[in-house]
Amino acid sequence: MTTLASSRPGAPSPDRVPSVGRRLRVDRRYLPVVGTLVVFVLLLVVGGARYDNFLSVGVLANLFINNAFLIVLAVGMTFVILTGGIDLSVGSVLALSGVTAAYLLQAGVPAGVVIPLVVLVGSLIGLLVGAMVHVFEVQPFIATLAAMFFARGLCFLIAPESIPIDDETFVALASWDTWAGGQWRITSSVVIALVVVAVAFYLLHYTQFGRTVYAIGGGEQSAKLMGLPVARTKVLVYVISGTCAGLGGLLFAMFSRSGYSLTGVGMELDAIAAVVIGGTLLTGGTGFVLGSVLGVLVLGLIQTIITFEGTLSSWWTKIVIGALLLVFVVLQRLLALRRS
Amino acid sequence: MTPSDAGAAGSTPDARPQDVRPVVEMTGISIEFPGVKALDGVDLRLLPGEVHALMGENGAGKSTLIKALTGVYGIDSGEILVDGEPHRFSGPGEAQAAGIATVYQEVNLCENLTVAENIMLGNEPRRFGAIDWPRTRRRAAEHLATMGLDVDPASSLGSHSIAVQQLVAISRAMVVDAKVLILDEPTSSLDADEVARLFDVVRRLRDQGVAILFVSHFIEQVFDLSDRMTVLRNGARVGEYRTAELSRTELVSRMIGRSMEVLEDLEVRTEHTVDTAQGAPFVQAVGLGRRGSVQAFDLDVHEGEVVGLAGLLGSGRTEVARLLAGADRADTGTLSVKGTLTRLRTPRAAIERKIAFSSEDRKGEGVVGDLTVRENIVLGLQAERGWLRPLPGRQVDEIVHRYIEALNIRPANPDALLRNLSGGNQQKVLLARWLATAPELFILDEPTRGIDVGAKAEIQRLVSDLAGRGMAVLFISAELEEVVRLSHRIAVMRDRRKVAELTNTDTVGVDDVVELIASGGDR
Repeated sequence: MTTLASSRPGAPSPDRVPSVGRRLRVDRRYLPVVGTLVVFVLLLVVGGARYDNFLSVGVLANLFINNAFLIVLAVGMTFVILTGGIDLSVGSVLALSGVTAAYLLQAGVPAGVVIPLVVLVGSLIGLLVGAMVHVFEVQPFIATLAAMFFARGLCFLIAPESIPIDDETFVALASWDTWAGGQWRITSSVVIALVVVAVAFYLLHYTQFGRTVYAIGGGEQSAKLMGLPVARTKVLVYVISGTCAGLGGLLFAMFSRSGYSLTGVGMELDAIAAVVIGGTLLTGGTGFVLGSVLGVLVLGLIQTIITFEGTLSSWWTKIVIGALLLVFVVLQRLLALRRS
Repeated sequence: MTPSDAGAAGSTPDARPQDVRPVVEMTGISIEFPGVKALDGVDLRLLPGEVHALMGENGAGKSTLIKALTGVYGIDSGEILVDGEPHRFSGPGEAQAAGIATVYQEVNLCENLTVAENIMLGNEPRRFGAIDWPRTRRRAAEHLATMGLDVDPASSLGSHSIAVQQLVAISRAMVVDAKVLILDEPTSSLDADEVARLFDVVRRLRDQGVAILFVSHFIEQVFDLSDRMTVLRNGARVGEYRTAELSRTELVSRMIGRSMEVLEDLEVRTEHTVDTAQGAPFVQAVGLGRRGSVQAFDLDVHEGEVVGLAGLLGSGRTEVARLLAGADRADTGTLSVKGTLTRLRTPRAAIERKIAFSSEDRKGEGVVGDLTVRENIVLGLQAERGWLRPLPGRQVDEIVHRYIEALNIRPANPDALLRNLSGGNQQKVLLARWLATAPELFILDEPTRGIDVGAKAEIQRLVSDLAGRGMAVLFISAELEEVVRLSHRIAVMRDRRKVAELTNTDTVGVDDVVELIASGGDR
């Protein structure tokens, strides 16, 4: 390494990255996402080399099925983080939505009423948070922390025990699946998650709302002076995140066929990790919703590899995610520093 | 020069052509902030196809007036007519919709987005409700082309210089077909070529009939670009003039006015003389400068000498002080203290060399409001000793009492909380703190600003006395009378450059300094 460095002392380091980027025709804004893609492929290669059945369609399809709720959470979180905020309440809101759904279904309320209602519970909590952040100028960290405790407390108020779900419509919806290309299994949760991703992509890139989200992340004061509807947008991102959490709770209830007040403890951090690994800057303004999806898949893949390994403790998942997160954050800092 | 006509000059009735209807007409605008009348019945008229300069010192109300026009601030009284229609904007968005666009000093765009996205943000063409990206990029490219800007619309805004970002901001303003373009200090971080490029664009827009409101500290640029100007002072309008009919000297005297507050009998004049030819100066700067702050300058201060720094606010006076005090690091030039070459990397390094700096920002960089008078006075001395060796209580009392008496600090209660003192007394406590550390060079940045006449005279006397006892003093003040009366030598700053230095004699008056500020030294 030393000889390599000293052999070309004149090599200007700032020029190296752009030249690579230009050769590959990659806009530097996509670099973090490309990094995530590289990690994803690397994990696939490692898994494929170590285990016989790893590179099967079933494993990949399950990646989506098992992580559908996390994809939805990460999508909502992406909106918030793009504005430079954070949402710590999503794990609790997910639990609240699941418990409410299970409780109402057990009480005999038809699924057609329950499903939109629990999603709306999420939106409502998001609206509350947004109002706190915007009207009272509470730090998003604190506002969503309060919402996190609030929602978790409500779960226990409704039912401290796990409630099984056996409503026929709900079970039918949960167990619906189809086969794409013959072997790729797609469940209803996967369909819902993909629709959410598509809607989020459209919102972020093809509407003024989405452009304002990016502008706020780039500089809230600037966005205001450009005459963009900053106030409305800031409230809306928390409503979107809350709605996604509500929907995520529904997906998790479909996944586990129950509602339990202790689900999703710490899941908000998984969602944040996925968003950051997906290349979104915590300072806001830079990132893509597809990156977040990729981030979730990377997390899921790590888990799958640990499962395949068999002998390893599941805590290794956390260790690897922690290390990966660290690497990504440092990489982002380097990119940002180089830019300035 | 006769500054006394400043008040009488008012607005010359024929300063504006009567046949063109103003695109913006602001009448009797008043804005009050708690305790401060920021604007007091100000009028402003903008005609289509002209560059109108808004002149005044910092705090004169220029920014407030702009913010009143763009809806950032609500107005308490007065009327805003745009195209003859009364308007009250509740935000920049509404002002933009009415055709008033603003480009601010710190470019208010989003560096995380591309040039094209920034130009079109909020005004993207749609197709079936969705943003039509090909058309958005095309329109952005068209706007850049009409500006004569050769910039890749798909490049990230953050990758361009401030100058280009400024031009992009103007392109953005033109997307909404602005009738009025407000440029707030657009040139403060540009070099000469970039300024020329900006002015080309501005002239082109003016010729297309856009009314341009131009705010700048750079007098030369204002005379170069503007057709008419409105001068503000202390939140009130001094007058409206044709640029061609006003000399630089007249403009400067109208901006600063005549401060008649200092009564004749309170005047303090430095009487003792200093032989600067003898001995090395206490501090000597050669070619000292800092990019984006102040251009390279030479300056020396001898023991027992008061050197005054004169210039308009924003001319680089404070920047000079900060370089000498180690508050900013110089990137060119050398500095010697007592003949030894030194680099002041931190204020601490300066303090170790007995250089004290009393900042113009008394609240932010000076006194600690929540501590008592006693604690504030010994703060500097204690910091010098280190926190592990507290000053003995008796010594503290002795020092505190000495300075309370010497500087006549009121109330003479060492346990009073500092924030409850008047501005003048806070300033005296700040001076006492530095004097307690026995500095050999005392840099005073605006020590008399915002304090009453009596305290002002006391501080002036103190400065004169300190120098008489052998201290080197660098004295900065916006009030030229004060500078002229106290200083042995006066360095004149303009446009962040030291333009002249004159030795003070009995024949030197305020008018000579004003002349130097206006002409930039090359008369």
